[in-house]
Amino acid sequence: MSDHDKIYSTKFQDKIERSTVLMFVVIALAVAVGGIVEIVPLFYVPNTGVNGGDGTYNGTVHKDAAGNAISMDKIVWNPETSAHKTLEDWLPGDGVRPYKPLELAGRAVYIREGCYLCHSQQIRPFRDEKDRYGHYSIAEESMYDHPFQWGSKRTGPDLARLGGKYSDEWHRRHLSHPRDVVPESVMPNYFWLADGNVNVAETVQTMKVMTMMPFNPVPKTIYTDAYIDGAAAQLEGKTEMEALIAYLQGLGNHVKFEEGVNYRD
Amino acid sequence: MEATQATPVKYDMEVVRWFTIAAAIYAVVGTLVGVIIASELAWPFLNLDIPYITFGRLRPLHTNAVIFAFGGCTLFATGFYMVQRTGATKLWSNGLAWFTFWGWNLIIVCAVLALPLGMTEGKEYAELPWIVDIMIAVVWLSFGLNHMMTVAIRKTSHIYVSNWFTMSMIVMITYLHVVNSLAIPVSLTNSYSVFSGVQDAMVQWWWGHNAVGFYLTAGFLGIMYYFVPKQSGRPVFSYRLSVLHFWALTFGYVWLGSHHLQYTALPDWTGSLGAAVSLAMIIPSWGGAMNGMMTLSGAWDKLRTDYVLRFLVVALAFYAMSTFEGPVMSLKSVNALSHYTDWTVGHVHSGALGWMAMVAYGALYHMVKKLWGVEKMYSDSLVNVHFWLATIGTVIYIVALWVSGIMQGLMWRDYDEYGTLTYTFVESVSAMHPYYVMRMVGGLTFTLGAAIALFNIVMTVSQASAKRSSGAVPAKA
Repeated sequence: MSDHDKIYSTKFQDKIERSTVLMFVVIALAVAVGGIVEIVPLFYVPNTGVNGGDGTYNGTVHKDAAGNAISMDKIVWNPETSAHKTLEDWLPGDGVRPYKPLELAGRAVYIREGCYLCHSQQIRPFRDEKDRYGHYSIAEESMYDHPFQWGSKRTGPDLARLGGKYSDEWHRRHLSHPRDVVPESVMPNYFWLADGNVNVAETVQTMKVMTMMPFNPVPKTIYTDAYIDGAAAQLEGKTEMEALIAYLQGLGNHVKFEEGVNYRD
Repeated sequence: MEATQATPVKYDMEVVRWFTIAAAIYAVVGTLVGVIIASELAWPFLNLDIPYITFGRLRPLHTNAVIFAFGGCTLFATGFYMVQRTGATKLWSNGLAWFTFWGWNLIIVCAVLALPLGMTEGKEYAELPWIVDIMIAVVWLSFGLNHMMTVAIRKTSHIYVSNWFTMSMIVMITYLHVVNSLAIPVSLTNSYSVFSGVQDAMVQWWWGHNAVGFYLTAGFLGIMYYFVPKQSGRPVFSYRLSVLHFWALTFGYVWLGSHHLQYTALPDWTGSLGAAVSLAMIIPSWGGAMNGMMTLSGAWDKLRTDYVLRFLVVALAFYAMSTFEGPVMSLKSVNALSHYTDWTVGHVHSGALGWMAMVAYGALYHMVKKLWGVEKMYSDSLVNVHFWLATIGTVIYIVALWVSGIMQGLMWRDYDEYGTLTYTFVESVSAMHPYYVMRMVGGLTFTLGAAIALFNIVMTVSQASAKRSSGAVPAKA
C-alpha cells in the first residue's frame, strides 16, 4: 500500500484534500459565516440608524429620563412633522439631516484630502471624551454618511462635534496655515483650497446619487427635484475652502441631546 | 511534497521570476513612501505645500503600495511557484498568469496616479476608485482561477497545505473586495459607498481586518508552510496541527473585524463577539507559529549559517508576538486606551514588517536561487546585513509606537486634582514628536535593508544571466 492511500487525519479531511472542488466549497462556506452573523443583523436590529421607510428605524426606542419614548422625529429630522420644513430652515437640534449642497461639496474635499486618516468622527462614551469633545456619537448621526468617516486614528482631535465650536474665520486661518493658529500642529497647510472652486456638476450628481442609495437614501421629500435643481446656484463660484468650512461647521449639532438618556440601548 | 522527482516537470517559471523582481522593487518603493509620510508627521513642513504629497494623499499610497504591490507580487510569485512544485505540474494557463502580471502592474500604475491626485473612495485600505476596483476583481479572479485549476490538474494525490491557505485567501478576498467596494459612481473616478454609518463601518472593518487576516496572514502562512520546510530541509512538524490550525483560522478570522469598532455606535454585542473570537484566535495563530518553529527541530544549528532561514524564523516570532498583541488590544478595557492611538499603527507594523515582509524575503531569497539556478546569492553577507537592518528597524518602529501610543491614550484620559482634563489635545501632539522621529528612523532602517535586498537580487540575477548566456551553467527550470 502506497503512502498516499494512508489516512493521517479523518476520512472527511482526507476527502477534502483530494478534491479541489470540495476544498473550494468547504472554504467558501467556512469563511462566509462570520461576516453574515456580524453584518446582516445590523440592517434589521434597532439602534443601528437604518431608516426602513416606516419611521420606526427598525423599532429603535430612545427613552427620556421619565421613561417615555422620545419621538424618532426628534432624533432624525422629519420635515413633515418639524416646524422647519426645508434644509434652509432647519436649525441645530431639529434632528439628523442630510447635507446641504455646499456641505456635500466640502465633504468631498474632506474625503479627497484623506482627513479621516488623522481625524476621527466618533466619540466614545467615556468621561474624558465627553469633556473634550462632547456627547458620545449615536448611530443615527452618521446614517447619511456614505461612506462613514469615523476614522481609526487621532493624530489630530476628533471632529464629530466640531460644528459651531470655532468661527468660520478661525477655520479659514487654521486650514490655510495650521501652525499660525496652533504652533504645535502637524497638519499640512491647505491654503491652496481657497484657489479652487467646487465641482458644481459632480456635487449635483452626488445629490442625485444620494437619493438612489439602496440603504439610507436621502428622502426625495428633502432632496426634492426643485432643491437639486437649485443647488447649482448655491454652489457657483464657491471655493473648496468655503465648502470644507461649511461641512465642518455642520458636524455634530444636529441632535439635541437630553440629560440622563441612554441613546445606545 | 514533490511526488514525481523521477520525471522532471517543465514548470512555467518565467512569470514567477518577473513577479519576484517586481516584489523586490515595490518593497523599496512602498516602504520609502512610508518613510516620507512618517517624516511629514515629525516635520510637517515636509508636506512642502504640494497637494499631491500631503500626508492625507500619500498615506493611502503607502498602504496600497506595501499591501497590494509588494504583498500582492509576493503572493502571486509564491502562489504560482508553490502550486506548480507541490502539484508537480505546469500552470493550468501560462498565458493567464501573464495576464495577471500585466494586469496587476497596470492596477499599481493606476494607484500611483490616482491616489496622489486625490481620487479615493475614502475607505481605509480600499481607497482605489471604482473603476480600478473592477480591474482588481478581474485580475484577482484570473489568479484565483489559474491557481485553482492548477491545483485541479496536479499530479499528486493530496492538495498540499500551502495551497489550502492560498485558496482560502482567494475566496475570502473575493467576497471582501466585492461587498466592500459596492458603490454608486458619480464620475469616472469618484463614487460613494452604498452603505452608510454603522453598516458601512462594519462592512469596512470586516474588509479591513480580513485583508490582514486572509491576504497578509492566510496567504503568507501558505508561504511559510512551503518555504520553512524547504529552506530548513525538514518536514512540517505536525500535519494534524496544520489541519486544525487551517480550519480554525479560516472559520474564525472572519469574525474579528468588529473589534475595530469597540465603544462606537455599533451595538455592543458586535464588538464583544469580535473580541471573544479574537481571544480564541490566539490558539490557531500560535498553532501555526509553533508548527513553523518546531519544523526546525533538529535543524536549529542552520540558523548560524543560513541567513535566509533567519528571516523565516524571526518572522514566525513576530507572528506569534503580533497575534498575541492583537487579541489583547481587542479587549474592551485595553481597546478603550489603545484605540485611536499610535499603538494600533505599531501593531499593524509588527505584523506587516516583522511577519509579512520577513517571511516574504525568506521566500524571495529562496526562490531567486532556485529560479535562476544559483547556489548562492551575489552576496550572502548582504543577506545577513539586510536581516539585521530589517529586524532592528522593525523593533525600533514598534517600540517607538508602543511608547507614543500608550502615552497618547494616558494623556487623553488624564485628570488633574481639580477634576479637569490635565492635557489639551495639542500637548499630546507635541509629546509625540520624538517618537515620530524614532519611528521614521526605524522605517528608514527597514527601507535601507529592502534596498540592499533589491541590489543583491538584481546582482544575483544579472550574474546568473551572464553565466547562462555564456553557456557555463545549463539552465534549470
